[in-house]
Amino acid sequence: MDALNLTPAIAEIFLAGAATLLVLLAAFVEPEVQASRLMRKISIGALVVTGALTVSYGSVPGMAFGNLFMSSPFTVYMKLLVLAGASVVLLISRPHLKADNINKPEFALLILFSVLGMMVMISANDLMVLYMGLELQSLPLYVIAAMQRDSLRSSEAGLKYFLLGALSSGLLLYGLSLVYGFTGGTNYADIAGSLSGGASPGAVIGIVFMIAGIAFKISAAPFHMWTPDVYEGSPTIVTAFFAIAPKIAAMTLFLRMTYGMLGPVPESWQQVTIMLAVLSMVIGALGAIMQTELKRLMAYSSIAHMGYVLVGISSAIPSGISAVMVYLAIYVVSAIGVFGVILSLSREGVPVHRIADLKGFSRSHPMHAACMMIFMFSMAGIPPLGGFFGKWFAFLAAVEAGLVVLAVIGVLASVMGAFYYLRIVKMMYIDELENPLDVPSDSVNNLVIGISALIVALFIFLLGPLRDSIAATMPYIVFVLG
Amino acid sequence: MGPVTLFHYLTVAAILFTLGAVGIFLNRKNVITILMCIELMLLAVNINLVAFSTHNGDLAGQIFAMLILTVAAAEAAIGLAILVVYFRNRGSIAVEDINMMKG
Repeated sequence: MDALNLTPAIAEIFLAGAATLLVLLAAFVEPEVQASRLMRKISIGALVVTGALTVSYGSVPGMAFGNLFMSSPFTVYMKLLVLAGASVVLLISRPHLKADNINKPEFALLILFSVLGMMVMISANDLMVLYMGLELQSLPLYVIAAMQRDSLRSSEAGLKYFLLGALSSGLLLYGLSLVYGFTGGTNYADIAGSLSGGASPGAVIGIVFMIAGIAFKISAAPFHMWTPDVYEGSPTIVTAFFAIAPKIAAMTLFLRMTYGMLGPVPESWQQVTIMLAVLSMVIGALGAIMQTELKRLMAYSSIAHMGYVLVGISSAIPSGISAVMVYLAIYVVSAIGVFGVILSLSREGVPVHRIADLKGFSRSHPMHAACMMIFMFSMAGIPPLGGFFGKWFAFLAAVEAGLVVLAVIGVLASVMGAFYYLRIVKMMYIDELENPLDVPSDSVNNLVIGISALIVALFIFLLGPLRDSIAATMPYIVFVLG
Repeated sequence: MGPVTLFHYLTVAAILFTLGAVGIFLNRKNVITILMCIELMLLAVNINLVAFSTHNGDLAGQIFAMLILTVAAAEAAIGLAILVVYFRNRGSIAVEDINMMKG
C-alpha cells in the first residue's frame, strides 16, 4: 500500500493552504473593514471549493498519510454538513459583524481553521490525528467566543469555554493514553484488533475518560455546564456557529470512535452513552423551561438534541448510525433557520434576544413568525415536519436494539420539551403586540430562513433520497480500512 | 526496594492527574492556578504516554507526547490572551468574580 497517499486528503490540504495564504493576504489589505469584507467573501469561496474537492476526491474509500487519515462516503456526508453550516454562517454574518463590533478579518479566518480541524477529526483514523484535529477546531473557537473584546460577557464566555474545553481535552487525553497503553497502538484499526479479544480493565477506564472528554465537546449532560453561559455571552453569530458545526464534527468523531475503534466491545461504552442520552434529554427539556433568554433556550435545546442523537448511537446497531445521520442533517437545517430568525430580531437598531421580545411577533413579521413556527414544531417533533423523522428513526433504532425503556424516556422527554417550543409559538401568535421590532431588511438572511423553513416543512419528500444516499455510505462506517 | 516498574509510573501520573483535576474545582482564588492545574493534567498524560511507550517498545507514545507539549504551549498562549482581555474588562481574575452569567 502506498504509504503517503495524499489523494483522500486533498480537500483538507487545500483548505489548510488557503487559510494560511489568507492570513498573509489579510495582513496586506487596508483598512481593516475592507479586509474583513474581502476575507469573508474569499472564505465562503474557499469553503465551497473545499466541498467540491471533498466530494470529488474523498468519495472513494481510502487512507492517507500511512493509515492516519480515512476518507469514505460517510466522512464526505458529515464534512458536507459541517461545510454547509459554516458557509451559511459566514454568508449571513455581514451585518452582525458590524453590529457586534467584531468586523475583523480574523473572524472568517478563524472559522476556516476551525472547519479544517473539524474535517481532520471527522477523518481521523489514529488517536494522534484525533487529538490534533480536536485541538485545531477548539482553539479558534475559544478565540471567536471572546472576539468582542470590549464586552465583559463575551470575554467571560471565552474564558469559561477555554477553561472547560481545556479540562475536557485533559480528560480525553488521559483516556487516550490509557487506551494506547493497554491496547498497544494508536491506530483505530490496531486498537479494534487488539480489543476484539475483550477490553482489559485499564482500557475500559481509558474508554470512559475518552467518552467523558468528547461528551464535553458535544455538550451532553452531565458535561453541559458551559453551554448556556457560552451561548449567552458570545456574539449571536458566533453562537450560531457553535450550535451547528462543532456539534456535527464531535458527534461524527464519537460515532467513528464507538462504532469503529470500539466496535468489538460495545458493552464497554453502551452503558455510558445510554446514561449520557437520558441525562441530556431530561436536563435539556427541564432546563429550558425556566429560561428567559432565547440564546440560553437554544443552548438547552441543543443539549436535548444531542441526547436524542445519543439514543441512536446507544443502539449499537447499523440502523442507529443512519438515524444519527438523518437527525444531524435536519438539526443543521433547523438550527440555521432558528438562528437566522434570532439574528434578525432588533429594536431601534439594537439586537434583542429575550423570549418575551417575541410577543405578538406574528402581527409585525408574519413571514418570520411562520418560519419560526415551522422550526419550533419541527424541534418539538410534530409530524410531518423534519424533526419528527429524526426522533422517529432514533427511537426506532433503540427499540430494535431492545432498549425499549430508553425509547420511552426519550418520548417522555420529547413531550416535556414540546412545552417550551409551543410556548414560543403561543407568544408569537396569541399574545398581544407590545413593542414592535424593526423590520429585518437583510435579504440574504431572509432567504436563508425561507429556504431552511421550506426544507424542514417539506422534509418528507427529501427523506427518500436522503435515506438512499445514507444507505450508500453504510458499508464504509464501521469498516476500518488498513 | 524493587525496581521502578510501569505500575509506579502510572501511579505517579494518576496522582498528578487527580491533583490537577481536583485543583480546578477546589481553587476559588485565581484563574492562573486553574491554568497551572490544566498544565499538570497534560503533563501527567505525558508521563503515562512515555511510560507506556517504553514498556510496550513502541515509539508512537513518545511522538504523541511531543505533540501534546506543542499543543499545550499553544493552548496556554490562547488561554492567557483571553485572560488578559477578561482582566481589562473586569479588573479582576478571581474565580468567584466570573459570574456575569449564572450557571
